[in-house]
Amino acid sequence: MLEVKKIATRDSYGNALVELGKENDDIVVLDADLAAATKTGTFKKIFPERHIDCGIAECNMMGIAAGIATTGRIPFASSFAMFAAGRAFEQVRNSIGYPYLNVKIGATHAGISVGEDGATHQCNEDIALMRSIPGMVVINPSDDVEAKAAVKAAYKHKGPVYLRFGRLAAPVINDKSDYTFELGKGVTLREGRDLTIIATGLMVYEVLEAAKILSVGGLEAKVINIHTIKPLDEELVVSAARTTGKVVTVEEHSVIGGLGSAVCDVLCAKAPVMMLKIGIQDVFGESGPAVKLLRKYGLTAAGICKSVKEWY
Amino acid sequence: MTTLELQKIANEVRIGIVSAVYAAKAGHPGGSLSAADIFTYLYFEEMNIDPKDPKKADRDRFVLSKGHTAPGLYSVLAKKGYFPKEDLLTLRHLGSYLQGHPDMKYIPGVDMSSGSLGQGISAAVGIALSAKLYHENYRVYTLLGDGEIQEGQIWEAAMFAGSYKLDNLVVIVDNNGLQIDGAVEEVCSPYPIDKKFEAFNFHVINVADGNDFEQLRVAFEEAKGVTGMPVAIIAKTIKGKGISFMENRVEWHGKAPNDEEYLKAMEDLKKAGEAIC
Repeated sequence: MLEVKKIATRDSYGNALVELGKENDDIVVLDADLAAATKTGTFKKIFPERHIDCGIAECNMMGIAAGIATTGRIPFASSFAMFAAGRAFEQVRNSIGYPYLNVKIGATHAGISVGEDGATHQCNEDIALMRSIPGMVVINPSDDVEAKAAVKAAYKHKGPVYLRFGRLAAPVINDKSDYTFELGKGVTLREGRDLTIIATGLMVYEVLEAAKILSVGGLEAKVINIHTIKPLDEELVVSAARTTGKVVTVEEHSVIGGLGSAVCDVLCAKAPVMMLKIGIQDVFGESGPAVKLLRKYGLTAAGICKSVKEWY
Repeated sequence: MTTLELQKIANEVRIGIVSAVYAAKAGHPGGSLSAADIFTYLYFEEMNIDPKDPKKADRDRFVLSKGHTAPGLYSVLAKKGYFPKEDLLTLRHLGSYLQGHPDMKYIPGVDMSSGSLGQGISAAVGIALSAKLYHENYRVYTLLGDGEIQEGQIWEAAMFAGSYKLDNLVVIVDNNGLQIDGAVEEVCSPYPIDKKFEAFNFHVINVADGNDFEQLRVAFEEAKGVTGMPVAIIAKTIKGKGISFMENRVEWHGKAPNDEEYLKAMEDLKKAGEAIC
C-alpha cells in the first residue's frame, strides 16, 4: 500500500504566510507566545519586522489586530483555537466582527487531536462560536494543499475570516493538478446513491476511507468536503440531500453548533432528511495520543463506519 | 486657539451632549460631560484632522475606549463639522447612524468602534503599532474611564505599548472618580493610577484639573516631547461637569434628564456660556 504523505495544517499556515508575505507588504503576523507551535515562527524568520509577538494576551492581540486593520494592513492573528475563539470571543465579536474589520484569525491546535495537553487545550467549540458572529467566514481545511489555498483566499477576501488548523499531521488528499479552492464552495469527492457524508477538516480523509469500507458492505456514500463552514454551500448540501436522502456530518468538533448544526439549519428548512451528526458528543476531551483519542471518540474511518451502520 | 475660544466650544459641546441624551431618553451624560473639555481640546487644538476628509491617511487617530460616552464624542464631531448638529437628536433612535456606542462603519470621524470596556485601548495600540511598522508619523489618542481600567485587557494593552515603546500613543484617563455602582475606590480601587502606568513603562502626566484648558494644554504639550515610551495623561475631572445637579452625582452616569431637568441643565449651560467672555 502506498504511504500517504502527511502534513499538519498548522505547518501549511506558516508556509502559506511566508508565500503571501513575499508578495504582499501589507501582511502583519501577530502571535501570542506560540509562534513555534502555530508555525508563524516560519514567517518570523524571514520577515522579523512584520511579526509581532503580543505575549500571552490573546484578548489584547485581537484588539491590536483590529487597530492594524483600520489602517489598511492585513493582520493574521494567531493562537490556539481555544484562546483565539474561546478566550478572546468577545474581542473578536466586538472589535473585529461588529466593525467588519479585515482581520484574519489563524487558529491552530483545534479539536481533540491536540492530544496530550488534554481537555483545557482541546477546543471543540470554536466553529460554533465563530460561526455565530455575523459576517465571519469560517474555514476548516482538510489538508496541506487546501490549508495553503485557504490562507491565500482569506487574504484576498475583504472581511474577517476564521481559519481552523490542526496540530496532527493530516494525510494530503488534494494534491492534484486540477485542484482549486473556492471560498464558500463545497467539494464532492465521491459519488454515492445511498447517503451523503459531509465532512470537514481532518475528518475528510477519514470519511473517504470510511466510504470505501461502507461500499464493500453495500452502502454507497456520496462524500462532500465542506472546507468553508460559513458561508455554507447550501446549494450543494440541499441537492445532495435531495438526491441521496439520509445525510451524515462528521467533524472534529462538538456536534453542538458546528458543521452538523450548520447543515441541519439548512436542511430542516429546505430539504428535511434523516441526519446523523458525528463529532464530539457534548463532552470534554482528555489527555492521550491524538490517534488514540480520535479512535476513542469514534472519529476514525472505522468509528465513522460503525456509527453510520448503526444508524442507517 | 485661545483658552476662551476652547471654553466656548466646550460649552457648546456640552449643550450637544445634554440635548442628545435628552432626545434619546437614555445615554451617559456624566462621563460625556466630565470629558467634554478633553474632547474639545483633542478635536479643536491637538489633533491633525480634517472633517472634510475624515479618512485622510496621515490623520491623527482617536479611539474612545470608554465608548459609552459616545454623546461627548458625537457632540464634538458635530461641532467640528463631521456631520450635521441636528443629527445629534437622533442619538440611539431606531434607524439612526448615531448608535448608543461608536460605530465606525457609519459615523464620519469615528476611527474605531467601541463600547465593550477595555477593548478600545488595544485597537489604539494596534493603530500606533501600524504607524511604527510602516514609518508613518501620525499620533494616536485614546480615552479611558477610571472605572474602565478595572478591565484586565487595559493592562495587557499597556504592557504591550510600554514594551514596544509606542511613543506615538497617548492614553488619557478621565479620572472622574465615579462608576455605575459608586466611587471607583469603593467599588474596586484602581488607585494609584499614575504609578500603575509608570510601572508599565509609560511617561505619566498628572493633570490636577482635567476640565481646565490651560492644564490640558501643558499636559498635551509635554506629551509631544516624549520619546521612547507611550504617554498616559491622568486627568482629574468632575463627573457631570457643567450641570449643577449632575456634578459628582453617581446617578447621572447613565440616565437622561426629564423635561424639567433638561430645562435646568440648558439654563446652566446658557449661563455658563454668557459668563465666558
